[in-house]
Amino acid sequence: MTPSWSNLATELLQRFGDETRYAIPILQAIQTEQGYIPIPLLEAIASKAHHLQANQLYGVATFYSQFTFTPKGVHTIKVCMGTACFVKGAEHIVDAFKSALSIEVGETTVDGSFTLQTVACLGCCSLAPAVMIDGHVFGQVTPERVKELLKTKGFGL
Amino acid sequence: MITITVGLGTCGIAAGAQAVYDELLRQIDPQHIQLRKTSCNGHCYQEPIVEVFQDSKLKGVFYQVKPVDVATLLRTLLATKPSSSSRLGQEQRVVLENCGLIDPESISEYIDRGGYIALEKARTLSPMDVVTMIKESGLRGRGGAGFSTGLKWQFALNNPSSPKVVIANADEGDPGAFMDRAVLEGDPHRVIEGLLIAAHATGATSAYIYIRAEYPLAIKRLRHAIAEVSAAGKLGNVSLEIKEGAGAFVCGEETALMASMEGERGMPRFKPPFPAQSGLWGQPTTINNVETLAAIPWIVRHGAEAFSKLGTEKSRGTKVFSLAGKVKYPGLVEVEMGTSLRTMIEQLGGGTSSGSPIKAVQMGGPSGGCVPESLLDTALTYEDLQATGAIMGSGGVIVMDQATCMIDIAKYFLNFIQNESCGKCTFCRIGTKRMFEILTRITQGKGDLSDIDELLDLSTQISKASLCQLGKTAANPVLTTLQYFKEEYLEHIVEKKCRAHVCKALIRYNIKSELCTGCTLCAKRCPVSCIQGAPKGCHIIDESCCTKCGVCLSVCRFGAVTVSTGVVS
Ligand SMILES: Cc1cc2nc3c(=O)[nH]c(=O)nc-3n(C[C@H](O)[C@H](O)[C@H](O)COP(=O)(O)O)c2cc1C
Ligand code: SF4
Ligand code: SF4
Ligand code: SF4
Ligand code: FES
Repeated sequence: MTPSWSNLATELLQRFGDETRYAIPILQAIQTEQGYIPIPLLEAIASKAHHLQANQLYGVATFYSQFTFTPKGVHTIKVCMGTACFVKGAEHIVDAFKSALSIEVGETTVDGSFTLQTVACLGCCSLAPAVMIDGHVFGQVTPERVKELLKTKGFGL
Repeated sequence: MITITVGLGTCGIAAGAQAVYDELLRQIDPQHIQLRKTSCNGHCYQEPIVEVFQDSKLKGVFYQVKPVDVATLLRTLLATKPSSSSRLGQEQRVVLENCGLIDPESISEYIDRGGYIALEKARTLSPMDVVTMIKESGLRGRGGAGFSTGLKWQFALNNPSSPKVVIANADEGDPGAFMDRAVLEGDPHRVIEGLLIAAHATGATSAYIYIRAEYPLAIKRLRHAIAEVSAAGKLGNVSLEIKEGAGAFVCGEETALMASMEGERGMPRFKPPFPAQSGLWGQPTTINNVETLAAIPWIVRHGAEAFSKLGTEKSRGTKVFSLAGKVKYPGLVEVEMGTSLRTMIEQLGGGTSSGSPIKAVQMGGPSGGCVPESLLDTALTYEDLQATGAIMGSGGVIVMDQATCMIDIAKYFLNFIQNESCGKCTFCRIGTKRMFEILTRITQGKGDLSDIDELLDLSTQISKASLCQLGKTAANPVLTTLQYFKEEYLEHIVEKKCRAHVCKALIRYNIKSELCTGCTLCAKRCPVSCIQGAPKGCHIIDESCCTKCGVCLSVCRFGAVTVSTGVVS
């Protein structure tokens, strides 16, 4: 166990509390701050906590789609595959991102700059097909616009 | 005094409204013009929307504004007439009454429009009186099941144990529904007020808003609103907290939602006990959908009768629907229940975006079904929709035209369900996967006539052997498409034909030599470079590497590219 995981585990338990109900907030903080869920960190938390066990944390982390066990890229692209976007051709948008980045859905580019995901609905169905890049939603995306989006600087809400 | 407002909901921002706002801020003279932020008013197809008011009267509306239009806009500010083509006149707004009109980050604007009067009024009444009022209003849950809200509150109130909990369900899982997002972003205080009234009526001291993580702007505005309401001293003895979801559709189901809040895997459990008996941490719990709660302040302010006058006998009040898919004017509409589906889609939604006839309308998301064009005169009530095989659900409405393949849609939903099944029940976990595989085979032209019986058989078994509604209703998208569009299934299976030209394995792109001018455009744009031909010479598609992306068809200006489907005779 690297000492930093140990310190981080202590800090997280202090910040949230040692109770089952904090499992998800703790995992969310780890996902946001580390970009992924490092298994050694879960083990470090479990070894210090009384009410959070490694198997429970792992079970929860594997259940929800928000959590990933491999580091994410600097930018996360979420292509909406909700019903509205689907009927407006979201599959072609996914294909365009896949070929522009040369990765499959769920993967990260070799240089670590982009992770490609699909999501169920961004709530922007009126502007379908929609894509969210780092929390910023783009509407009426076309396969042609994909390359231009990848060049956009300053994502974020 | 002139006021200019810009709609800054997620949809507006996605359409570029923030840049318009910034440009206005740069150009206006703050001495004469006040610039304000509002949120989505439901007319998403017109975003970015800028509205101009003089002494609080609407003087002009500008649609689809771009930053470069700002200078002209400011010059002609008061010369334009407010557009009368707006569909607002045909709507009946209760839940959305403030959306797009107020600054969602200002509690005082909410209060100026009658906000928190209902909470004060409710607190002067006994909990039982509030419960009676809601019961008499006839309000039914807008989250899908349509259960009487007043009755639900009564169960919680009658439970003697304490402390009690109220939860706003803002998980909005139906992919294609966005009314909860619009209300949370545009009028967050209304949901908080409804939740605080529910707390008073049931005797709860803890209140939570469980919201999906895909709605960052709604979360931000809710946090702001909670800070405001707490600073204004309106929380009373109630603690109010936001819980962010972690990405699981099934967590919208109330028992799974509570499991998730308790820090567990979000798996539904058997009912009873119902949440009102034993909910979050074993405490009596009331869970309501965002739209249900957003209707509460209006009911308390105007009285039960005003609400129950709207709608039909069994489906009272109004309902917000989100129109999306191949509809001309996508966005939100709030209509009286009992309005016909046709009126809503053709008059308020403007028909299809392509102009081609409507083929079907998907209602109720993954638990719902497809209503064919022939049944569009169905009234929008819980009962009438259910009779078609679809459901009211949360109010998501996806319009489909002739270019939508019904088998592809059924396959889409089964894929969604088999991904989102929590895995507890064997039939839901594996049965839905088998259905998805069968549908995939059919769309690939590898289907067999026995597949239809297999699908029907699995549908019955999954519905019988599943614990929660996710599994129980999983087959609905297949059952309704089989009921109304069986000939499309048969075409896929027997003739290997996809009449909507969607299923890639069943279509072929060709270039008609007599129409091709050799302009080379398609060859340049084809992403896999599988079109050959010399300039001014006829072009040919190499079918062996064509990915059926359709780019050539959309770029050719001479109508030379054609699609064909079915067995070549
Ligand atoms: C699979 C599944 C998903 C659900 N998703 C939601 C949801 O996203 N939002 C919601 O309000 N209700 C959802 N529900 C319904 C809730 O279980 C519950 O009935 C509802 O929140 C009660 O509120 P209401 O009475 O105000 O409608 C879902 C139910 C199921 C079975
Ligand atoms: S029906 Fe499906 S989602 Fe519901 S509990 Fe069973 S496995 Fe889980
Ligand atoms: S775009 Fe049309 S006309 Fe031009 S080369 Fe291609 S098929 Fe021929
Ligand atoms: S459909 Fe796409 S891949 Fe096939 S020829 Fe046309 S442009 Fe190329
Ligand atoms: S379906 Fe894509 S944003 Fe809703």
